[in-house]
Amino acid sequence: MNLRILGATTARILRQLRHDRRTVALLVVVPVLLLALIYYMFEDVPGIFDHIGLVMLGVFPFTIMFLITSIAMLRERTTGTLERLLTTPMGKLDLLFAYGLAFGVAAAVQASIASSVAYWLLGLDTRGGVGLVILIAIANAVLGVALGLLCSAFSRTEFQAVQFMPIVVVPQILLCGLFVPRGQMAGWLEAISNVLPMTYAVEALQEVGTRASATGTLWRDLAIIIGCVIVTLTLAAATLRRRTA
Amino acid sequence: MEPAIEVRDLVVERGRRRVLHSLSCSIPRGSVTGLLGPSGSGKTTLMRAIVGVQVVKSGTVTVLGMLAGSAPLRGMIGYLTQAPSVYADLTVRENARYFASLYKDVTSADADAAVADVGLADAAGQLVGDLSGGQRARASLACALVARPTVLILDEPTVGQDPVLRDDLWRRFRAMAAQGTTVLVSSHVMDEASRCDRLLLIREGRLIADDAPDAILAGTGTADLEAAFLHLIRAEQVVS
Repeated sequence: MNLRILGATTARILRQLRHDRRTVALLVVVPVLLLALIYYMFEDVPGIFDHIGLVMLGVFPFTIMFLITSIAMLRERTTGTLERLLTTPMGKLDLLFAYGLAFGVAAAVQASIASSVAYWLLGLDTRGGVGLVILIAIANAVLGVALGLLCSAFSRTEFQAVQFMPIVVVPQILLCGLFVPRGQMAGWLEAISNVLPMTYAVEALQEVGTRASATGTLWRDLAIIIGCVIVTLTLAAATLRRRTA
Repeated sequence: MEPAIEVRDLVVERGRRRVLHSLSCSIPRGSVTGLLGPSGSGKTTLMRAIVGVQVVKSGTVTVLGMLAGSAPLRGMIGYLTQAPSVYADLTVRENARYFASLYKDVTSADADAAVADVGLADAAGQLVGDLSGGQRARASLACALVARPTVLILDEPTVGQDPVLRDDLWRRFRAMAAQGTTVLVSSHVMDEASRCDRLLLIREGRLIADDAPDAILAGTGTADLEAAFLHLIRAEQVVS
């Protein structure tokens, strides 16, 4: 890894994002709109928004960053910029970490805005602090980036890349404990749930919801997410070949 | 002097098709070498093997005495892909400066100079996505020139450019070679061939000529390179 190249590449990815105003607007507005939707859906049922809204603050960054990253990385492949980059002194990890950093920064902005709206406009109430929610959201976004980088290796077109979303994202949302508490799932479903990283993000968020200060479980969950990020990025580096047929 | 690029018995297969059949050639330092041949003849594959991004079945490629694709080479080689490989959602200047930042001791001033060198100074602030095809190709070329590489591999750099600009680019390639840069340029237009020091004619993955343009003309007894190419192909068919 080379800090100069890593920094330059992170800045380049953010600059690309800045030129794409519509995507920036979508990044900021979509989670807020969806949160508002959930708020009004459960307006008459007290306590539900505090549960679902909170979990969604972690789910949205994951989903959106997964999608954006898999398309962005696929573009690097299809437009030939990836091949060109691999003929320069850039290392594979420079590129992968730059994506993680750049979209991590974007996720921080996104999570801060979504959380602000959730807490101060929609009255989200948690026992723990908003800072922890944002931290978990960023970790989850970076996980989405890492999985997106990995999955883009297995798709040749944007059509195929988008198809990975239902495969990678939806099962995690279904089994993370949001719809059915994990303890009430059939054993084999819980076993699957145990190996899906989103489960731990949701558990961490629920800890923030019910505990006033950060718990050991929360830090363990965050460590698991970060571990998954590192494993996924390593796998992504392995799929990134300098030489191709 | 040791050649800049040495290709020995290079065999490349893509899918089940053999694209390069035990190809050997060497490219002298500080020269402009033209790689000519029809579309599909293996030009791009050979260039990709030289920059070290092509999976090869057998044979060796060495560049400046090192195996193609080895890490120290990547700071010394510039590669222009056939399709412009620049970021459409960045400006010309941002693209050039980004590629400059990947190399040690290459500054934004160098990047701006490269943009001016390809005649895009006036369009430097425009998004690459808003440029014409020819301009986009030049933006891509600027990014290949930015680090002043010792070896420059250019895959069809002049396609779609206006004649004045093409002439200008060729002068620039010649000037770089005069300063010691080794330039390998592919083209499928024969009229550019006469501007090279040396020509590699390639057809169906085999080298059918490797000589100076004048020597090829003299050897085939033809007046222009198009005719020489035809002559060589026919001669080869007779042999096989």
